[in-house]
Amino acid sequence: MDVMKKVPVREQDAKIRATNFKEVCLGYNKQEAMEEATRCLNCKNAKCIVGCPVSIDIPKFIKEVSDGNIEEAAKTIGKSSALPAVCGRVCPQETQCEGKCIRGIKGEPISIGKLERFVADWSRENNIEPEAPKPSNGKKIAVIGSGPAGLTCAGDLAKEGYDVTIFEALHEPGGVLVYGIPEFRLPKDSVVKHEIDNVKKLGVKIETNVVIGKSTTIDDLMDEEGFDAVFIGSGAGLPKFMGIPGENANGVFSANEYLTRNNLMKAFQEGYETPILAGKKVAVVGGGNVAMDAARTALRLGAEVHIVYRRSEEELPARVEEVHHAKQEGIIFDLLTNPIEILVNENGWVSGMKCVKMELGEPDASGRRRPVEMKGSEFEMELDTVIMSLGTSPNPLISSTTDGLEVNKWQCIIADEEHGKTTKEGVYAGGDAVTGAATVILAMEAGKIGAKGIMEYLGNK
Amino acid sequence: MYKIVKAEELAKNIYLMEVEAKRVAHSCKPGQFVIVKLDEKGERIPLTICDYDKDAGTISIVFQTVGASTQRMAELKAGDSFRDFSGPLGCASEFISESLEELKNKKMLFVAGGVGTAPVYPQVKWLHNHGIDADVIIGSKTKDMLILEDEMRAVAGNLYVTTDDGSYERKGLVTDVIKDLVNNQGKKYDVIVAIGPMIMMKFVSLLTKELNIPTIVSLNPIMVDGTGMCGACRVTVGGKIKFACVDGPEFDGHLINFDEAMKRQQMYKSDEGRAILKLQEGDTHHGGCGQCGGDE
Ligand SMILES: Cc1cc2nc3c(=O)[nH]c(=O)nc-3n(C[C@H](O)[C@H](O)[C@H](O)COP(=O)(O)OP(=O)(O)OC[C@H]3O[C@@H](n4cnc5c(N)ncnc54)[C@H](O)[C@@H]3O)c2cc1C
Ligand SMILES: Cc1cc2nc3c(=O)[nH]c(=O)nc-3n(C[C@H](O)[C@H](O)[C@H](O)COP(=O)(O)OP(=O)(O)OC[C@H]3O[C@@H](n4cnc5c(N)ncnc54)[C@H](O)[C@@H]3O)c2cc1C
Ligand code: SF4
Ligand code: SF4
Ligand code: FES
Ligand SMILES: [Mg+2]
Repeated sequence: MDVMKKVPVREQDAKIRATNFKEVCLGYNKQEAMEEATRCLNCKNAKCIVGCPVSIDIPKFIKEVSDGNIEEAAKTIGKSSALPAVCGRVCPQETQCEGKCIRGIKGEPISIGKLERFVADWSRENNIEPEAPKPSNGKKIAVIGSGPAGLTCAGDLAKEGYDVTIFEALHEPGGVLVYGIPEFRLPKDSVVKHEIDNVKKLGVKIETNVVIGKSTTIDDLMDEEGFDAVFIGSGAGLPKFMGIPGENANGVFSANEYLTRNNLMKAFQEGYETPILAGKKVAVVGGGNVAMDAARTALRLGAEVHIVYRRSEEELPARVEEVHHAKQEGIIFDLLTNPIEILVNENGWVSGMKCVKMELGEPDASGRRRPVEMKGSEFEMELDTVIMSLGTSPNPLISSTTDGLEVNKWQCIIADEEHGKTTKEGVYAGGDAVTGAATVILAMEAGKIGAKGIMEYLGNK
Repeated sequence: MYKIVKAEELAKNIYLMEVEAKRVAHSCKPGQFVIVKLDEKGERIPLTICDYDKDAGTISIVFQTVGASTQRMAELKAGDSFRDFSGPLGCASEFISESLEELKNKKMLFVAGGVGTAPVYPQVKWLHNHGIDADVIIGSKTKDMLILEDEMRAVAGNLYVTTDDGSYERKGLVTDVIKDLVNNQGKKYDVIVAIGPMIMMKFVSLLTKELNIPTIVSLNPIMVDGTGMCGACRVTVGGKIKFACVDGPEFDGHLINFDEAMKRQQMYKSDEGRAILKLQEGDTHHGGCGQCGGDE
C-alpha cells in the first residue's frame, strides 16, 4: 500500500448510478477502514481537529479504528457530534478537517470523512445505543426547526436532563437533510431517520406540522406553554429568483421546489402521489451544492442536464467531489454563461433560455474575479425546464411575529457568536437562520453553542 | 394523527369534514388555510379553513373532488384520521385588523363561486359576530351543487344566489348579479371580496375595476410546503413576485396577473390525468391515456 494515497472508496459505477437513486458512495468496509486508519500519523499537534467545527478528537477515533475498536471510536465521535453518519457524507472535508491534515502536505490527507461515516454506519448496523441522558431537571426548552442546528441543540440539552420539544413546520423532521439533499448522497430511511431516532431516544419530543409564527408564536410558547428558553434553528429556506423575463413560466422551478417534490415528497418513488415534471432538457442555473443536487436529480429522472453558471470552474462553490461526480454522470457544464431571459411558448411553457457569454474581469469584494458580459455574445439554448438555484435566505415568518427579535438587512437573526444569544431574553438562535445558507457542520456547531448558552442562562437565572 | 370527527357530503362531489387540530383551531383566523396529507404516500393538499371551533379544537374543511387526492380524501369517514394537518397558514383577511368603527362604516360585498362559498363563510360569520352584516352573492353551476346556503343566510345581510343554468333562484353569472346590484339597484360597495375559481375572480376583478370598487381575491395556486420554502405558489401582483402561501393568499384583485396564474395552475394537468386513470383503473391501466407510455 502507498501511504501517500487514500485507500480508494468503492462507488456505484457512474453509468449505472445515473439511472437510480441509490447511494453513490458505498463507503469503506472494516478492513478498508482499518487500513486507511493506519495512515494517520496520530499527530501531537493535530491540525485536523482545528479544521473540524465541532472539534472531534480525530486522532483518537482514528487510532481506535486502526485497532479495530469501532465502538470506542463511535463513543469518541459521539462526544462531539450527534450526526456523524450525516457529516461523514456531506461535510466539505477538503476545506475542513482533511484540508488541515498534516498527511495532506506531502501526500493525500487521511479520509477522515469516510472513516467517520464508516464508524457511524457500523454503530448503526451493530445497534450501538447512545449514552443515556442525565435525570430530568424539569426545565422546558422549545427548539424551532429540526435541521442539523435544532437536532444538535436538542440532543445536547436532553443529554443534560432538559425537557426538550422540537417544533417542525413540515410533516417530517430533518430540515434540509430530508427535503434538500437527495437520497443518492444521504439515504433518508437508513441514515437520517436513524440519527433522528437517536435524538428521540434521548427523550426529545418532536411535534411536526407546527409553523412557529402561525400555529403559535415564541411569545406564546414562553408565556403560555411554560417554556423556559427557546432555540431557533429555522434555517434559510426562502428561495431567490433572478428577476428576468419569463421566470414565472410553466417549467421554471426553484431548486427547493424540485428537490422537495423529489426528496421529501418522494416523487421519484412508485406509489407516492406528488407529481414532478422531470423535464427532457433541463438547465440548472447556479453552481453550488444545491445546483449539483438538482442537476443530478433531473439526470436520474431521465433528462439531459446543463449547469449554467456565470463564473468559471474554479469559482464553482459546490464541493469538488460533487462536481466530479456530476461530470462522471454526464452533466454538461456551460460555464461563463449567464441567463438574461427565459423563452416561453404560446402555451406558457418554457421553450428555451437566452444567455450571454461572460469573461472574468477584476476581483470583486469576495476576492473572486468578477464576471463581465461579452458584448454581442448572446445565444439561445433550447430547453423545456429551468431550475433556479441562486441561493436562499431566512424566512421572515418567525422574526416578524416575535416581539424584540432583531434581524439584519439580510433577514438573518442577530445572535452573538459565543452563546447564540439573540436580542430577546431567553431566545437563542443558530445555523442558517443566523448565518444565511452555510453547511451542516456549521449549523451543528451553532446548535451546540446555543445549547451551552441556554444552560448558562438557565443556570444563572 | 388528526381525527375526523364528522364527514358529510354537502352536495354531489363536495364534502365537509370536521377535524381535530387543537393548535390550528386555537390560532386560526378567517382567510387562512391548512395543508393536509392523507397518509405516508399522499400529497400535501392546501384547503381553506371553512369554520373553526376553538373550544372543541376542531377545524372544518370543505372540498370538491377534482383529482386523485381529493377523491381518495372523499372516502374518509368519521373516526378516520389525516396523517398530517398543518396550519393555520397564510395571512388572515385584512379587514380583521381594521377597527370595528371603520368596518361598520364600510359596505362589503362577498362574491362566492362554487366551493369558494366555504372560505367566504368564516369571513361573513366573523363580521356577523362583530355586528356587521355583509351582502353575499353565491354563484353555483346548478342547484345540486349549491352549498352552505342556510348557514350563509344566517350570517349574511342580503344573500343573492345565482345558478349558471337557472335551476335555482336567478340564472346567470356572479358578475351579472354585481352589475345588477350596482347599476340597477343603486347599491354602493366600498370593497368586494371574491373567492372562487380563478376565472371567476379574474372576471369579477375586471368588472370591479371598471366600477371602481376595490377588490380582494383569495388565490389558490399550486402549493407544496405552504411555508415560503419552494416558490411553487408564486404569482405576479403589481408586477412583483409574491408567494401566495406566505404573502397571501388574499391579494388586490386589480393587480394580479390572472392569465399567468391560470396557466401555472394547469402545470400538472397531464400528470394528474394519469393519476386519476390509475386510481380508477388500478392495475388494469395499461396506457391509452396518452401520457404514461402504458406498459413501460
Ligand atoms: C440541496 C442542498 C444541498 C446541500 N448540501 C450540503 C452539503 O453537501 N454539505 C453541507 O455541509 N451542507 C449542505 N447544504 C447546506 C446545509 O444543508 C444547511 O446549511 C443546513 O441544513 C442548515 O441547517 P439548519 O439546521 O440551520 O437549517 P435547516 O436544515 O434548513 O432546517 C430548518 C428547519 O426548520 C424548519 N422551520 C423553518 N421555519 C419554521 C417555523 N416557522 N416553524 C417551525 N419550523 C420551521 C424547516 O422546515 C426546517 O426543517 C445543502 C443545502 C441544500 C439546500
Ligand atoms: C390556499 C388554497 C386553498 C384552497 N382551498 C380549497 C378548498 O377550500 N376547497 C377545495 O376544494 N379546494 C381548495 N383548494 C384547491 C385544492 O388544493 C385542490 O383542489 C387539490 O389540491 C386538488 O388535488 P387533487 O390531487 O385531487 O387534484 P389534481 O388532479 O392533482 O389537480 C386538480 C387541480 O387542482 C389544483 N391542484 C393540484 N394540486 C394542487 C396543490 N398541491 N396545491 C394547490 N392546487 C392544486 C390544480 O389547479 C389542478 O389543476 C385550495 C388551494 C389553495 C392553494
Ligand atoms: S464533522 Fe465534518 S469536519 Fe468534523 S471531522 Fe467529521 S467530516 Fe470532518
Ligand atoms: S492531522 Fe491528519 S495525520 Fe495528523 S492526526 Fe489528524 S488526521 Fe491524523
Ligand atoms: S407553497 Fe412553497 S413557497 Fe408557497
Ligand atoms: Mg393531485
